[in-house]
Amino acid sequence: MNKARRNPLNIAAAHAILLTYTAIALFPVFVILINSFKTRKAIFREPLTLPNEESFSLIGYQTVMQQGDFFLYFQNSMIVTVTSLFFILLFGAMAAFALSEYRFRGNTLMGLYLALGIMIPIRIGTVAILEMMVASGLVNTLWALILVYTASGLPLAVFILSEFMRQVSDDLKNAGRIDGLSEYTIFFRLVVPLVRPAMATVAVFNMIPIWNDLWFPLILASSEATKTLTLGSQVFIGQFVTDWNAVLSALSMAILPVMVLYVIFSRQLIRGITSGAVK
Amino acid sequence: MPRIRWHILVFLAPAVLVYTAVMIFPLFNTLRLALYDEIGQVRVFVGLANFETLFGDPLWADAFWNALGNNFWFFCVHMLVQNPIGILLAAILSQPRLRFAALYRTAIFVPTILSFVIVGFAWKLILSPIWGIAPGMLDAVGLKSLFAPWLGQDGTALTTLALVSVWQFVGIPMMLIYAALLSIPEEILEAGEIDGITGIAAFWKIKLPLILPSIGIISILTFVGNFNAFDLIYAAQGALAGPDFATDILGTFMYRTFFGFQLQLGDPHMGSAIATAMFGIILLGVCIYLFGIQTRMRRYQL
Repeated sequence: MNKARRNPLNIAAAHAILLTYTAIALFPVFVILINSFKTRKAIFREPLTLPNEESFSLIGYQTVMQQGDFFLYFQNSMIVTVTSLFFILLFGAMAAFALSEYRFRGNTLMGLYLALGIMIPIRIGTVAILEMMVASGLVNTLWALILVYTASGLPLAVFILSEFMRQVSDDLKNAGRIDGLSEYTIFFRLVVPLVRPAMATVAVFNMIPIWNDLWFPLILASSEATKTLTLGSQVFIGQFVTDWNAVLSALSMAILPVMVLYVIFSRQLIRGITSGAVK
Repeated sequence: MPRIRWHILVFLAPAVLVYTAVMIFPLFNTLRLALYDEIGQVRVFVGLANFETLFGDPLWADAFWNALGNNFWFFCVHMLVQNPIGILLAAILSQPRLRFAALYRTAIFVPTILSFVIVGFAWKLILSPIWGIAPGMLDAVGLKSLFAPWLGQDGTALTTLALVSVWQFVGIPMMLIYAALLSIPEEILEAGEIDGITGIAAFWKIKLPLILPSIGIISILTFVGNFNAFDLIYAAQGALAGPDFATDILGTFMYRTFFGFQLQLGDPHMGSAIATAMFGIILLGVCIYLFGIQTRMRRYQL
């Protein structure tokens, strides 16, 4: 390797900048987490020290457990996210297969129509979505959220998956046809297993925005029984503003599931972004 | 008559139905509702009257231009701070054989996965004069006099929130630029080295022109994201986007208008009018990008 590109001073500077930024990125999370395990006095007296024997306290978490129904919120978030992802992947892959596999009149037009939603945010249509959900009685049900997230996730899913499906070899599919497999069997048995990595990328891209969304839960499903974790913690924190122990613990509990998901899926996510799936 | 291939229909139908019913139809229905009003509990076609109110009535117009102006500033801060930092971090990360690169990448992306609620409240607490983390840390470096309750003052609240949003999303430009930089072939950089172009000069003269298309994509993603932003402002400052509407952007303005708040009743038709304006702005931005910037950008085949 060339000397000019391996200058030790440059390397030290590079690490210094990256370390500084890493500290900036992680500092707020760190402060919230450590202070959620402290007594109220210690939170204010020494906000930057780790909890020790004297200052350790779980009082905040106790309040959260007693006052907020966080397990229900968590369950709602799980149901909404997993179901939406399931439909995005199933419907998205089916449509992507139709667009990439068959020639039919209106194919390009249909592709453009489905791609329209990539650039236009679904939030613009909120007023009419709310009216529709009220009229159909779906308001304050998890189905309202699932439908909205499925619809808004489909455009990008179809776009990415059809790119990948074009790469699946025609010989394989034709061999299947000669063996008498139906088009459905070819799709589910041959094509879907081959594009599984692309489907995982689509899932990871959609997962985080759905889990974190505040707008639609607030407008479509704000009843106690349908609150998602994001909305639930927003409301809980709003009510307990002055109870710092409870607020910090609620924040930590909201951070935890996302962090777990991120640790599991970060490789997939980063590989998805860097492999140019969103170009 | 050509044979109808039913399986194509079966494959397409679910996606097209859900997408049309829940996304495209409401979108156009919202644009249509902007032309109606409710008079005596009956929905009446009023033409462009809602837009006349929005732009003509000083009460509405002031609020709208305030939100739009704030939204532009919000976007500018992202373009001036988020994207340069993202490019810088990506340029450093993409150096060959940098140690711990994966670790840095993963850590810097952490804020992006957190919800706005967490980010909004966490920063609110940290910047709070009551808790004293921010003043305490400034005190440690002898700059305590610089501290002010940034989120509570008219002049600084919006910029502070924009910077919080930058903090949250810097990972996205970083990742996309990083991917673009990695795809530059080694031979081009080596050819530059032979001509004596190395280090920072190589970045400005070789890499930057090659990643311009990615920077364009990031800019338009930032634009669309910023002009339908809502969550962070709502989580940190509430629906009233305080202090004194200093942090009001189009998303919060639309929410207040159509959903109502405190004593004001919601007005779906004025809400639709604002949504239509947002739609127009986003469409304009996307068109400027697609026809004005993207087609004129020089692309190099690698």
